Amino acid sequence: MERVAVVGIGQTKYEKGKTKNFAELSYEATRKALDDAGIELSDIDNVVTTTNDFFDGRTIACMAVAEAAGSYGRDATNVEGDGTLSAFYGLMRTLSGVYGTTMVSAHCKVSEGSPRKIVNQAFDPIYDRLLGMDAISSSALQARAYMQRFGITEEQCARVSVKNHGNARNNPYAHVPLDITVDDVMRSPMLAEPIKRLDTSPISDGACAIILATEERARRAARKPVWIRGVAHCADAYRLGERDLAWSQPLETAARKAYRMAGISHPSREIDVAEVYDAFSYMELMWYEGLGFCDRGEGGRLIDSGVTQMGGKLPVNPSGGVLSAHSVQVAGLARIAEAVLQLRGEAGKRQVPGARVALAHGTGGICAQTHCVWVLSN
Amino acid sequence: MENETILEVREKDGLLILQGVIRVPYTWAAGAVASRFYAGLRDRRIYGIRCPTCRLVMVPPKKTCHRCFGDLNDWVEVGPEGTLQTFTVVHYSEPELHPLRAPFAYGIIKMDGADTGMTHLIGEADQRALKEGLRMTAVFRDKPEGNYLDIRYFKPVKGAK
Repeated sequence: MERVAVVGIGQTKYEKGKTKNFAELSYEATRKALDDAGIELSDIDNVVTTTNDFFDGRTIACMAVAEAAGSYGRDATNVEGDGTLSAFYGLMRTLSGVYGTTMVSAHCKVSEGSPRKIVNQAFDPIYDRLLGMDAISSSALQARAYMQRFGITEEQCARVSVKNHGNARNNPYAHVPLDITVDDVMRSPMLAEPIKRLDTSPISDGACAIILATEERARRAARKPVWIRGVAHCADAYRLGERDLAWSQPLETAARKAYRMAGISHPSREIDVAEVYDAFSYMELMWYEGLGFCDRGEGGRLIDSGVTQMGGKLPVNPSGGVLSAHSVQVAGLARIAEAVLQLRGEAGKRQVPGARVALAHGTGGICAQTHCVWVLSN
Repeated sequence: MENETILEVREKDGLLILQGVIRVPYTWAAGAVASRFYAGLRDRRIYGIRCPTCRLVMVPPKKTCHRCFGDLNDWVEVGPEGTLQTFTVVHYSEPELHPLRAPFAYGIIKMDGADTGMTHLIGEADQRALKEGLRMTAVFRDKPEGNYLDIRYFKPVKGAK
């Protein structure tokens, strides 16, 4: 693959009830990304935005918001999905030979819509939508299936929440930094067994943007480029009852493809830091397994071992992860932004010392129907 | 406008917040497969569809096999009992979404003769006694309407362990 770099990133603080509107939020992230790269909008060749019409409360939402990401007079397109997929699309456009630079942006104001009703609309109107499921209740089915098959305990899931909310205390962009214990998680209100309040991610508003550039164009940017080494995306069946809920084959497939591109044969040894899409605490343990950080069913033991804590051999979600800031389709792009900060050595108090290879992961759909895996290096 | 109304304008930090609703009527064609599935439920029978290549029996049925992309037409009756694969007891209330009052349970039930699971509600059950492998059977709606709640919920088979 021809070398493509991330040359700039920008993000807002993630929080609930932001008073900026969609375009103002998107502009904040885009402007920061341009300033970070030390380039101007005139240096941007094309734009990929990320919108969801239900969350935005308008149809063809991209048409209204793209201007704030620099679309005017340019080729601009949109992804309805996670930001990692928008970035993947942006990478392909950059590799096409037509564009030297691509602005990729995502915004979401989850707090302005009705998240449970909106997620319910993702279920099949012909079949199971009438059951009234949302992200929490459907994920609870997956959590139970996973924990039951492999003997994962609620305490092990709680440890993910403790770790990630704790890490968030070092991330000025995070929405919910918390100093909590496993007991606090276990005693938080039960929502849908086995998922408790502190096993869930918050309702966050925010925006994130990254700028991709070919090697030639990356040389003109102010920042040290962060190189994209491998990327892959893979989808599962739509219906929950047709999937193996306890083991994500699509994640393993995507990870293997991305590792092959990146020349990685021992992910747990060769990756220095990972940012994964932990919308619920149990998910981080499942993703450890699918990403090959440990064997199948060993996710609980991996969190117990401390390997994925700050200071461990493979810190996961030093940013605090999605558990600490969840602006839905922004969340995957925020994982890439954090990976870039880590590889530049600019992650402040949450810096993983000497990080050279980073992984970023995004998911889409009910119970993570799709997975996108990125490997980056400095 | 009938489908969109700004109901209220309030202030936060000196800035305006407009609050409204979006109501958009819609029509969904069920298609040949789901139409036939719901016709079966009228007779209190649950049908799946078999993929001729993968041999998988899918319940609820669909037109295309996600694995081999085959066109599916081979109908088979499944059940009347099935096995609970996974479940959750929901403790929060979302009255506009939930057909039952919390605490209630969702489960994935694999009907006898089926290879895929059906996500549904669980009723008439001791929620603390739910476990994987429990034998379940469908409770049908008295007056079927041609939608997923023509099965009201699944309940444990009496005397099942």
